[in-house]
Amino acid sequence: MAVPGEVSKLRKTAGPATRAPSEKGDGKAAALFLMPWFVGLVLIVVGPLLASLYLSFTNYNLLQDPELVGVENYRQLFQDPRLLQSLQVTFTYVFVSVPLQLAAALGLALVLDKGVRGLPFYRSVFYLPSLLGSSVAIAILWRQLFGTQGLLNQVIDWFNGIQPLVHIGTQGWVSDPAYALGTLITLNVWTFGSPMVIFLAGLRQIPQMYYEAASLDGASKLRQFISVTFPMLTPVVFFNLVLQIINAFQTFTQAFIVSGGTGGPVDSTLFYTLYLYLQGFGNFNMGYASAMAWLLLVIVGAMTALNFYASKYWVFYDD
Amino acid sequence: MTEAGSHLRWRPRLRGLFRHVVLIVAGIVMIYPLLWMLASSFKPDALIFAEPGLIPTDFTTENYSRGWNSLAHPFSYYLMNSFMVVSGAVLGNVVACSLAAYAFARLNFRFRRLWFAVMLMSIMLPIHVIIVPQYVLFSELGWLNTFLPLIVPKFLATDSFFVFLMVQFFRGVPKELDEAARIDGAGHGRIFLQIMLPLAVPALATTAIFTFIWTWNDFLSQLIFLTDPDMYTVPIALRAFLDSTGQSSWGAMFAMSVLSLVPLFLMFLLGQRYLVRGIATTGLK
Repeated sequence: MAVPGEVSKLRKTAGPATRAPSEKGDGKAAALFLMPWFVGLVLIVVGPLLASLYLSFTNYNLLQDPELVGVENYRQLFQDPRLLQSLQVTFTYVFVSVPLQLAAALGLALVLDKGVRGLPFYRSVFYLPSLLGSSVAIAILWRQLFGTQGLLNQVIDWFNGIQPLVHIGTQGWVSDPAYALGTLITLNVWTFGSPMVIFLAGLRQIPQMYYEAASLDGASKLRQFISVTFPMLTPVVFFNLVLQIINAFQTFTQAFIVSGGTGGPVDSTLFYTLYLYLQGFGNFNMGYASAMAWLLLVIVGAMTALNFYASKYWVFYDD
Repeated sequence: MTEAGSHLRWRPRLRGLFRHVVLIVAGIVMIYPLLWMLASSFKPDALIFAEPGLIPTDFTTENYSRGWNSLAHPFSYYLMNSFMVVSGAVLGNVVACSLAAYAFARLNFRFRRLWFAVMLMSIMLPIHVIIVPQYVLFSELGWLNTFLPLIVPKFLATDSFFVFLMVQFFRGVPKELDEAARIDGAGHGRIFLQIMLPLAVPALATTAIFTFIWTWNDFLSQLIFLTDPDMYTVPIALRAFLDSTGQSSWGAMFAMSVLSLVPLFLMFLLGQRYLVRGIATTGLK
C-alpha cells in the first residue's frame, strides 16, 4: 500500500523488470531469495487459511479429531445473540471512531501544514499515542481514566466546583453499558497521529500553483479548501479510510483489557475479535471460531471492496 | 488608510497565535493522560483518586518496588522475556523481508506480478483468520509456551508489510549501481549484501524499529501462545497483574505500566525520523 502519489510507481514495481541485456531471467536467484517468504506463505499463511476454512465445517475441540458438521457452524452464527451483539458493537465502533479519528487527523494536519514553528515537536506529540495506543499499559490507563474514581470524573468534579450552575454528572464510564463502548472509541480517536502524518505528506504534494490561481480568482480560504485541498487530498483520505477501517475491525487488546476479558458490562464491549477469542481459546470451540474467522474475512473483504467501488465516485486522481 | 495598514499587519499574526493556541491545547489533551499515569505512579494509592494534578503532594517510589515484586517473578524477568522475543522478531524480519524484497525489486522471474499481488493481499489478512490453525500447528510441533511461534514466522517473512516497505525503498536505489557491479562480475548475493543493504540502512532501521514496537505491544498472539507464567512477556504479565490485584493497587500497576512503555519511548526518540518517513510513504501504523 502506498500513499497515492506512490501508486504509479507501485504499478511499475509489479510490472516486468527492465532486463539487463544479457539476461533472460533470474529464476534461480529469485527462488533462493524468495525461499523464506514462500515457505512462510505456504506454512504460516495459506496453509492455516485453508485449514481454518476446513475447520469451519467441523466441530473441533483440540482433543478429539475434527468432526464434519457441514454448514452447521455458519447456521449457528446467525442465531447466536452474542455473535449478533458482537457484530453490532464492532460496526458501531468502526463507523463512529474511524470518521472521528480521520476528522481529527485532517483537522490537525491542516493546522500543521501552514508552516507552524516547532512543527516536528507538535507532530511528535500527536503521533506518539499512535505508537503506544495498542499496548496493554495504555488500555490499563484507559480503564482507570474512565473509572468511577478516574481522571475524567476528577476533572468533572473540579469543573463542577468552579462552575456549579452547569452541573455534570460523574459516573463509572467503563462500568456503565451506555458509555463503555464510548471510552474505547475515545481511545481509537486518540491515536489519530498516524493518519495525520499521512495527511501531512499528502498535503505537501498539492502543487502550490493551484492555490495561487485560486487566490487570483478571489477564492476564500474555505472555498480553496473545498475546491482545491479536499479534492486533491481525496486519494489520501481514501487510503487512510481503507487502512483505518481494516485496523478498527481487528481491535482486540483494548476491549480485552478494559472489559477484563469478558466484553462486559452486559456485552457492551464484546468486540467481534474478542468473542472469536473467547469461543476459540476460552471454550475451545475451534470449529465455531474458524467459522467466525471466515465471516470476519468476508466482512473485511466486502468492506474493502465496497470502499474501492465507492471510491470511483468521490476520489479524484490527478493524472 | 493607517487603519487598513495595521489591520493587514495584525491579521496574520493573530492567525498564527490562534494556531499555536489550538495546537497547544490539543497537545495537552493528547499528552495529559500519559503524564497523569507517570505522576500517579509516584503517588500513594489514596492520592491517585483524590487529585487530578500532576505534581504529587506526597512523592513515593514505593509503587515501583511493590509492583516489581508482586508477581511470581520480579518484573525484570518479564522484561527479559519480552526482549528475547523482540530481538528474535527484529532479526527475523530484517533478514527475511530484505531477501524477499530484493527479489521483488530487482529480479526477473516467472509470475512475478502474481506473487507480488499475493504479497500485497497477505498484508490485509486479519491475523484472527489464521490464528486457530496456527495454534493447532504450533501445538502439534510442541512449540506452545516457547518463543518459537513468535519468532520463527518472522524468519519466514510473514510480516509482508516490511517486504513491501523495502521493495519501495530498493526501487529507489539507482539501477546503474547494480548493473555496474554485474559487469564487474558480481552475483546477486554480492550485489544484495554489498550494494543494496548498505544503501538500505534507513529501510532496515524502519523495519527494525516498527518490528520492535509492534512485537513489544503485541498482545493477542502472546496471550494465546504463552500460557505458562514462566514464559510471560510484559503485556501478559501486566494483564495477570491487573487480574490478580485489580482495583487494590493502581499505583503499582501504573508503575509497571510506565516501565513497560519506557523501551517504546526510547525507540520512538531514537527512530523518530525513520518512523515519520516510514509511515508517510507506506502508511505503517
